[in-house]
Amino acid sequence: MKGKSNQVFAKLMTHLFIIVLGLAMLYPVLWMITSSLKPNNMIFSDTSLIPKAVTLENYVSGWKGYAGISFSKFFANSLGLCLAAIVANLASCSMAAYAFGRLKFAGKNLWFSIMMITLMLPAHVTLVPRYILFNTFGWVGSYLPIVVPKFLATDAFFVFLLVQFIRSLPTDLDEAAIIDGCGKVGIYFRIVLPLATPAIITTALFTFLWTWDDFFNHLLYLTKPETYTVSRALRTFVGDAGAVSNWGGAMAMSTLSMIPCFVLFFSLQKYFVQGIATTGIKG
Amino acid sequence: MSNRGIVSFFRRNAVAYMFLLPWLIGFFALTLYPMLYSLFLGFTDYDFTKPDSTQVIGFANYMKMFGSVFNAQNITAPTGEVMRVDPYYIKSLSVTFIYVFASVPIKLAFALFVAILMNQKLRFIPLYRAIYYIPTLLGGSVAVAVLWRKLFEKDGLINAILGSIGFTDLPGWITNPSYALSTLILLSVWQFGSSMIIFLAGLKQIPMEYYEAASIDGANKRKQFFTITMPLLSPIIFFNLVMQMISAFQAFTQAYIIGGGKGGVMNSTLFYTLHLYIQGWTYHEMGYASAMAWVLLLIIGLLTAIVFKSSNSWVSYGSGE
Repeated sequence: MKGKSNQVFAKLMTHLFIIVLGLAMLYPVLWMITSSLKPNNMIFSDTSLIPKAVTLENYVSGWKGYAGISFSKFFANSLGLCLAAIVANLASCSMAAYAFGRLKFAGKNLWFSIMMITLMLPAHVTLVPRYILFNTFGWVGSYLPIVVPKFLATDAFFVFLLVQFIRSLPTDLDEAAIIDGCGKVGIYFRIVLPLATPAIITTALFTFLWTWDDFFNHLLYLTKPETYTVSRALRTFVGDAGAVSNWGGAMAMSTLSMIPCFVLFFSLQKYFVQGIATTGIKG
Repeated sequence: MSNRGIVSFFRRNAVAYMFLLPWLIGFFALTLYPMLYSLFLGFTDYDFTKPDSTQVIGFANYMKMFGSVFNAQNITAPTGEVMRVDPYYIKSLSVTFIYVFASVPIKLAFALFVAILMNQKLRFIPLYRAIYYIPTLLGGSVAVAVLWRKLFEKDGLINAILGSIGFTDLPGWITNPSYALSTLILLSVWQFGSSMIIFLAGLKQIPMEYYEAASIDGANKRKQFFTITMPLLSPIIFFNLVMQMISAFQAFTQAYIIGGGKGGVMNSTLFYTLHLYIQGWTYHEMGYASAMAWVLLLIIGLLTAIVFKSSNSWVSYGSGE
């Protein structure tokens, strides 16, 4: 009896520990969210999570954006870019993954090893020539340098993730399909893609999050304010010397920028965990 | 091979290569060709604004990087051009090495600790796991970098908390060159979520019987950790180590935002990639930036090889499985 109550106590302590540690870690984010609702003059002094006065003035001032362009444009830009990136990645990466995961062809092992090596390659080693290339095409300042590479399956992580998944699918349906007169293209569309739905959702999810949060490519290629994405636009709150003039607005827009990630994460958590655990995606 | 053999060979492979085509084009046009081209550019003084006056300058870019080690102020390129040695290159290298060698082990240790915490039969574990993943979900964003600046400023939240529990004379963490890098390391450790989930998946593979048998033999928790958990988890530790190391070398956004587009106070947060970006895009020295990228590739490749080599002695791939 005593042993049992000890066990209950130990479990309670573990819960308490996890909750306190979790709160400590989330405190900065929670503080940012509540601070965005505080009047500008109270943000600096108030460490509490409950605002003493609630106002939306930060949202109004932040939404005005940069160079006369409001955040409604920046959000629309980000959303459009993410959707294009998802379409591009799904089409190109699933095609490559089908070839690697299901088809037999000469040179397969060689190409697969090359694909795995590109997975580890630092992006910087291709950076300058890509920039020069896109510049000669007249693409700098547009979304093309960000979207077009995704149509060419340059995000090897997703190829790998989809290959892993496609390899785990049963092949007995293929034989039935071949007997029914289905070619390799038919098998791709009618069997592999539908069965690979969980991995496809994971790919779409991570493509969205990484494109939404990406900053470096947006900094390089989105040179005109009217093409800015949310992450590129948030940078305009930070001055060149690192000073921030409108903290309230910066916090309000930062908070808004996180909402899509939160919503997707909590509604599609299962795919998240699966995606990370099968490929060990960087974070 | 006969003509008919070739035809059937192509027919057999044509469909597969059709599916592979986008990736193949991407590989040749956007990976292999740019890699070779940047290797070449690294031996030139390519300037983005005046590409027509590009000259091949041999190893001058590499001497520019490491010249300060030999106390050189200037170097002379084979073309006769006198170039200034980059005074900040070694600084950026050391900042990056400190960042990688501090943030990766601390992050992995913390991730493992939390994974063990989460690998218990408790209610709400999926919820806890989700909450602990939130920093990773948001951590790479500009939003969090902006927030981090606010937290660690002289009049920021961290100092307000420390002040309220009695600390005085607190520094501005971001603006003090001794502490600025630590705030970025902390930001990286805070994003331990992916490693945690991979560890957790690994921990679930370890049969409970091992622990039961060990505790019957009288091994305490500590002994169990070192004789069961660590060896069986070592392939996953190895995997996490390699992946986190590679990505830590390429960290950019947080340093860029927190330093206001520069290397921070006294270049204390001048990450390698940030320095590369400034050289290439602020000063248009893209030949030099290309050479820097190749050195980064060599450093990452060499360290990965060392980790792989060392793994023979500490990673155990269970023979029974």
